[in-house]
Amino acid sequence: MQKKGRNRYKIDVRSDVKEHAWWWVVNKGITPLFLLISVFALFVRVAVSLHPYSGANTPPKFGDYEAQRHWMEITLNLPAKDWYRNSSANDLSYWGLDYPPLTAYQSYIHGLFLKAFDPESVSLFTSRGYESYLGKLLMRWTVLSSDILIFFPAVLYFVFVYHGRGSSMRTKSELAWHMAIILLSPCLILIDHGHFQYNCISLGLTIAAVAATISQNELMACVLFSLALNHKQMSAYFAPAFFSHLLGKCLRRKNPPLEVLKLGFLVIGTFSIIWAPYIHSRDSALQVLSRLAPFERGIYEDYVANFWCTSSVVIKWKRLFTTKVLKLLSFAATVLACLPSMIQQVLDPSSKGFLYALLNSSFSFYLFSFQVHEKSILLPLLPLSLLALEESRPLMWLTHYAMFSMFPLLRRDKLVLAYMALYALFTLIYFAPGVRCSGKTTHQTQKAEKGRKTPSLATLLKIAMAFLYLCSLILHVIYLTMHPPQKYPFLFEALIMLLCFSHFLLFTFYFNYKQCMLSKFLTSKDKEKKNI
Amino acid sequence: MQGESSLPQLLWCYAVAATIKVLLIPSYHSTDFEVHRHWLAITHSLPLSHWYYDETSEWTLDYPPFFAYYERFLSIFANLVDPQIVHLHNGLNYKATSVIVFQRLTVILSDLWLLYGVYRLTKHLDSLKRNLIWVLVVWSPGLLLVDHVHFQYNGFLLGWLLLSISFLVEGSDLMGGFLFAVVLSFKHLFAVAAPVYFVYLFRHYCRGGLVRGFGRLSVIGAVVVAVFAAAYGPFFYHEQIQQVVRRMFPFGRGLCHAYWAPNFWVFYIIVDKGLAFFLRKLGFNIQAPAASFTGGLVGDSSSFAVLPQITPLTTFVAVLLGLFPCLIKAWSDPQPQFIARWIAYAYTCGFLFGWHVHEKASLHFVIPLAIVAVESLEDAKHYFLLSIVSCYSLFPLLYEGQEYPIKVLLLLLHSILMWFGFSAQFTKDEASETEEQTNNDESVWSEKSRATSGGKEWFGIGWIGKVYLFGLMVVELWGQILHPYILGETFPFIPLMLMSIYCALGMTYSWIWQLKRFLKLS
Repeated sequence: MQKKGRNRYKIDVRSDVKEHAWWWVVNKGITPLFLLISVFALFVRVAVSLHPYSGANTPPKFGDYEAQRHWMEITLNLPAKDWYRNSSANDLSYWGLDYPPLTAYQSYIHGLFLKAFDPESVSLFTSRGYESYLGKLLMRWTVLSSDILIFFPAVLYFVFVYHGRGSSMRTKSELAWHMAIILLSPCLILIDHGHFQYNCISLGLTIAAVAATISQNELMACVLFSLALNHKQMSAYFAPAFFSHLLGKCLRRKNPPLEVLKLGFLVIGTFSIIWAPYIHSRDSALQVLSRLAPFERGIYEDYVANFWCTSSVVIKWKRLFTTKVLKLLSFAATVLACLPSMIQQVLDPSSKGFLYALLNSSFSFYLFSFQVHEKSILLPLLPLSLLALEESRPLMWLTHYAMFSMFPLLRRDKLVLAYMALYALFTLIYFAPGVRCSGKTTHQTQKAEKGRKTPSLATLLKIAMAFLYLCSLILHVIYLTMHPPQKYPFLFEALIMLLCFSHFLLFTFYFNYKQCMLSKFLTSKDKEKKNI
Repeated sequence: MQGESSLPQLLWCYAVAATIKVLLIPSYHSTDFEVHRHWLAITHSLPLSHWYYDETSEWTLDYPPFFAYYERFLSIFANLVDPQIVHLHNGLNYKATSVIVFQRLTVILSDLWLLYGVYRLTKHLDSLKRNLIWVLVVWSPGLLLVDHVHFQYNGFLLGWLLLSISFLVEGSDLMGGFLFAVVLSFKHLFAVAAPVYFVYLFRHYCRGGLVRGFGRLSVIGAVVVAVFAAAYGPFFYHEQIQQVVRRMFPFGRGLCHAYWAPNFWVFYIIVDKGLAFFLRKLGFNIQAPAASFTGGLVGDSSSFAVLPQITPLTTFVAVLLGLFPCLIKAWSDPQPQFIARWIAYAYTCGFLFGWHVHEKASLHFVIPLAIVAVESLEDAKHYFLLSIVSCYSLFPLLYEGQEYPIKVLLLLLHSILMWFGFSAQFTKDEASETEEQTNNDESVWSEKSRATSGGKEWFGIGWIGKVYLFGLMVVELWGQILHPYILGETFPFIPLMLMSIYCALGMTYSWIWQLKRFLKLS
């Protein structure tokens, strides 16, 4: 199996020159290199897990940590059919399970682990609000193990597939850089190992699905993506991209309807296996579904940097329209926003285009869909980090603003120290000495292109962005040290939201543009080839 | 990348380490944290004449005066951050975020001195060797565990030592001697290397005829006296020298620390216990000693059932005997390029035969040896084993579950980095000439297979080393899983004792190896 894999994903990369600063690290080959980077990434995660989790010592409702622990308690002690149903043993108003069944199964398995070492932490009723040294440790280790088992292998798979196809012009140190950038994404680490969630599972499954798609293994991609969807419904942010890319590919095969049917059958099959305890009756299935889509919580919560929340400063959506209308509005806006990238993928499916499509569709969901959480910025960041070598500069910017958009949340979790350290670490790795030669050159060519067209506009934009960057840094300090005026208690949050939203919107336009250009560029090159 | 461009790279290494250290701020810290906090309070709230007399807390000041001055300097900022930190009484066992972040940050920033020391030592080396040394020193797992989790200022102190070595290597003996005197005034445990310094400086610096030699001897003597005067002068003025010395050398403590540092005396204790056991079986009437080692109380004076008692004087003589070959070598052939080895060897002797040795003291020779490690394949092989053993012997310092993955992952990371670095440095293929030319279109896998097939020499630790490291894993597995599973609560001292003995084997090997090595080199 491994041998086969090796032959298949043979990576032809340029070796670095011996005088290169990282030559001694990268000369061993990709797998040892990945081992090194993942041990480091794991170490960073363990170090972050020393910090507080969300809702530590804050009764009565605590936070996401308590939610996850409570799900373990519920799944461990109740039969599967009662997991999503309100009952005397399962009070849904207290952190009721609102993720798809795969999360419930995962909670069950982790619950078994907790029960083995600290039975008190998952006992029914009595464990509500349970907090202890050992309990925290065990819970942290469940996230760490999920990362090791799912996210890390998925990244390795992706790197093999993505850099293995064709003759990649990347040096080994660039591959190392790419792996480090994906594995050390500060936002993901902070949310999973600081705040406490299991995004690594659904995102890891998504990366694996992306890798499978790129390596032309569509059937596996369907299964993996269905699993991701069944772990967190937020994975649906990527669904348009997967759908359009796979459809576009199927249309190019000999027998399109059969290909589509095959994939559809696999998706339905995976879903029905995972939903097995609930599909015996319409009621129970609907019961679960209603838990997954909490429309009653309103179109936005807190201060999330998306369109609805930001524009609500001017237009009071919640007062003007009923939830039903808002649902339709947000649905229409989301579909409209991701339509261009979908069309591009159906017409001209390509691996790189697929990554851009993932980025664009997840951004359109983040910006326009109903009930978005600030943590959902992780989803657009993921495909962007997969594109790190192509879009290095935007990655830096967006990571900055994604972090910033979650800053109020992380500050509440008392994770400011970890926030600063991880942000510094990311910046350091981004600017690792002697690695990003090619990143610079692509940027330079971009700059040259821009320079040729409208030099004044490009520089103006650059100055404006630098200015806003400075503003965001100052706002960090202000948010930490000063109290807002009494008349506007959420002034700083609103400013942060505005700043982040403007950048997210800007980059959405930019990435859509890049995806379209990709298509034109490719077609013109194809024509050239044909002519030759 | 040569010359000036190397500094940003080193700073980059430091910054990456610093982010990790910041992440480790909320981790477990030992009582040394409170010790240093209390010293901040003593030096800030009391006049100098009371520093070595204060007994507000059990953590009395027992470092030499320069360190006390350093604490006084830090306390200025501590007072600005949070006055309660430096309050003599209200500050006792103060655990607020402010004090934790402040003290941790002082250690992180103090490490800049280590950075300067290692920069000065390595600036003339080629880039590969330099990178390797930086990784070994700046990302040293031992330093990270002891300084940034357990809490101490070893990085800062070792910075002075490395700086001193860097001057000696360059041939600036006076500066080297001066800096060593400064090191001694910071922490007197570094004095083990003093004989080596003395002999080396006497033979290397004070040469060139009787008159010139005597002139130089008086110059360097004056410098050293000046440093000690700066350190101890104020206390001499207050007529407190005796008190200062009494505080600095608490010989009331036992031969071994609570957890036995993996040194020679571990074998001695074990042999004693074994003999006592067998003699008792044979019917002899052997009195059990009053203070058992397994009790592990600091302050116990040691006693043995069968073997002769060990006094501080015995250990002193043992260390001097161990140093003897090195001193002869330094006397007969004082060469600057070997000084780092000799100093490291001296600290190894001190570690193996010293009185009341802490496991942390192994850093005193592991860090200087990092500079030597890149010199040859043999050195690299030795260093690979030694640094793993040294780091592993620090594991019992952090005994809580939360830090367990941290120490294991750190050791793993360090081993992988060493493996990569030494392989890159010392693996030379026959085809290495052609390789450089055809580098651009080599694939990863074929390169790997070539490295294992046609190499003349490559980095490997041999089967004994592998077996030893495997045994290390077995010892760890036993202590963590098998012992609690099989024996439960009984014999709780066995896992630690096994660790001590096993690591002591490695340390003794390192000592013998170092001895053989510098005797061979000339």
